[in-house]
Amino acid sequence: MSSPVDQAKNAEKFLADTVHEERLDKLLWAMRMRRDAAARQVPEWEELRTLASEIKEHTLSNLSQYLLQFEARAAANGMIVHWARDAHEHNQIVYEILAEQGIEALVKSKSMLTEECELRPFLERRGIRVTETDLGERIQQLDDQPPGHIIGPSIHKTTKDVAVLFSQKYGSDPNNEDAAYLAGVMRENTRPDILKARAGMTGANFVVAETGAIVVATNEGNADLSAHTPLLHICSVGIEKIIPTTESLAVFVRLLTRSATGDTITQYTSTFRGPRQGATMHVILVDNGRSARLGMKRFWHSLKCIRCAACMNTCPVYRRSGGLSYGSTYMGPIGIIMMPTFEIRKYSELPFASTLNGSCTNVCPVKIDIHEADLRVAGSHGGERPNPSRKKGGHAGRRQSAQPSGALPNRDGHTVSRTGSPATLRRLQPPECMGQAQGRPGGRQGNISRMV
Amino acid sequence: MNSTQALSRNTILDSVRANQPATQPMPTIPHFHSNKPADLVATFCASIARMAGVVVTEDVPNLDSFLRAKFPDAKVTCSAIPEYGGTIKPSSLNHWSEASRIDVCILRSPMGVAETGSILLSDIELQVNTIAFLAHDLVVLLDPKQIVSNIHDAYEHPYFKLRPYSLLMTGPSGSGDIGGIVVHPAQAAKTLTVLLSPAPDAGQRTG
Repeated sequence: MSSPVDQAKNAEKFLADTVHEERLDKLLWAMRMRRDAAARQVPEWEELRTLASEIKEHTLSNLSQYLLQFEARAAANGMIVHWARDAHEHNQIVYEILAEQGIEALVKSKSMLTEECELRPFLERRGIRVTETDLGERIQQLDDQPPGHIIGPSIHKTTKDVAVLFSQKYGSDPNNEDAAYLAGVMRENTRPDILKARAGMTGANFVVAETGAIVVATNEGNADLSAHTPLLHICSVGIEKIIPTTESLAVFVRLLTRSATGDTITQYTSTFRGPRQGATMHVILVDNGRSARLGMKRFWHSLKCIRCAACMNTCPVYRRSGGLSYGSTYMGPIGIIMMPTFEIRKYSELPFASTLNGSCTNVCPVKIDIHEADLRVAGSHGGERPNPSRKKGGHAGRRQSAQPSGALPNRDGHTVSRTGSPATLRRLQPPECMGQAQGRPGGRQGNISRMV
Repeated sequence: MNSTQALSRNTILDSVRANQPATQPMPTIPHFHSNKPADLVATFCASIARMAGVVVTEDVPNLDSFLRAKFPDAKVTCSAIPEYGGTIKPSSLNHWSEASRIDVCILRSPMGVAETGSILLSDIELQVNTIAFLAHDLVVLLDPKQIVSNIHDAYEHPYFKLRPYSLLMTGPSGSGDIGGIVVHPAQAAKTLTVLLSPAPDAGQRTG
């Protein structure tokens, strides 16, 4: 049984590293500012957010119908559709597709779903070499670290970190920290793998039921490289990614990149409706707890997430802790409400990694009530914030209830209490927490008013 | 579908049906034409420039001279348009990975998008899809009359419902993954140059 991730302790280590911490904080806040500037250019921005939220809620409340529609259309387009109940089944399906053709090397683009399923170690244990083609993912792969951000996996690293890493792995100049030079090193070293690959794998940003299409948005074009250069394309996607129509796709495309980076769109926004002639395309629809979460009255809205990371970029806890401090696939505000639904014990303390300032909710393009959901998740833990000095007493302060809340499926012997919202709120905002939210010396006093 | 897959499919669908919330209505989606820019060409040019794309608005009377001047070191020039020969055609590629030996490819796009500076390409224009990301430099002809206002308009193009592959490409490839600094190129096309040029025929392709 896993011990709970101690995000606070991990954050302290990151905070002690003033070079990386201050840099990440400024970088992500700048992304938040670019997001705001991009949103201000769109007079209908708030209307788009409402539309996106309503489209997602409509789709999720009719998900079975849209899954069947997508399956039928995708199959008619020539795709082979698979269904995976959980991470292991997903990984096994991918392995069998590759093994059937004797494929021992795979190139893949960034997919948080495959991180969630821990696909890469699964395949590597079975003798299949995996090359990540996304620059940030590749950096993390070379450094044997998980992604630290869902859009920029290596965003916590400085150019110097990357220069040193590439010199160790690729023999490049360790003293040349120029980002363009380093991107060129990556391009030269990854392209041979892409050109000789017999199989490529992508995720999907959106899945269009009406047309049986998957939509992938990248800045690098690496998803298109991975999908089209080999003759075999495997696409893995969570069942919650479905949207009804191409018309509805436009709403999300207008919101996604502006929310993520402040640009209007990614360089390559691609729609795949079927394999090219002579090639094969597989789509794996993955549940892995999503259908169960759909039935959680207080938490199903998290399934609306379009993985833009806007909530991470604005969150003062994430910006000062770094993504790796969460010890989880999904981090930051969306992570602290999602991860306990995957494994309640391991991620039981994540919901307390929050100041409840609500900035995440304000920037979410699909209007997930993130900070309120966090309060509900934290409240379901018995209403008390873990205190390091009290941890020595084990579960002191955590109330046990004879009646499980039913809010979280993964009980794992850990019963939860429904009580104490007001008490929870008091305990989640001790004086030291309020001081942090209001800024520290260095001029961030105004941050909370801008964020909220 | 084998029996394991049938079981997985039915298990997932049963779970979804049991858990999905009460039906909520689908909203009507407007196209926001009240915010349409007055000058679509100017807006397109500004949008693509922000993404490091280049637009040539002046008439290019001799395409060959233009390409030789802009890409003096290019040895392999692929032409995917009938009015220009180039050194090779997409049909001469035996394997899609061979697009990596193309120095510059010239294509025509059937649509541009003013809001984002995107150009539309599909398997029809590309003929070999990997040209869009393995060729080093891309030159794309675009009729300014085929620039639409926004992404809502863009996704009305029939390609998205009919073609196996459709791409909205916006500038050359890029990445901000190294130190948060945006660089061009990343993995795919190094440059994207759009030449505003009337289409040879007036109608749009319908796929």
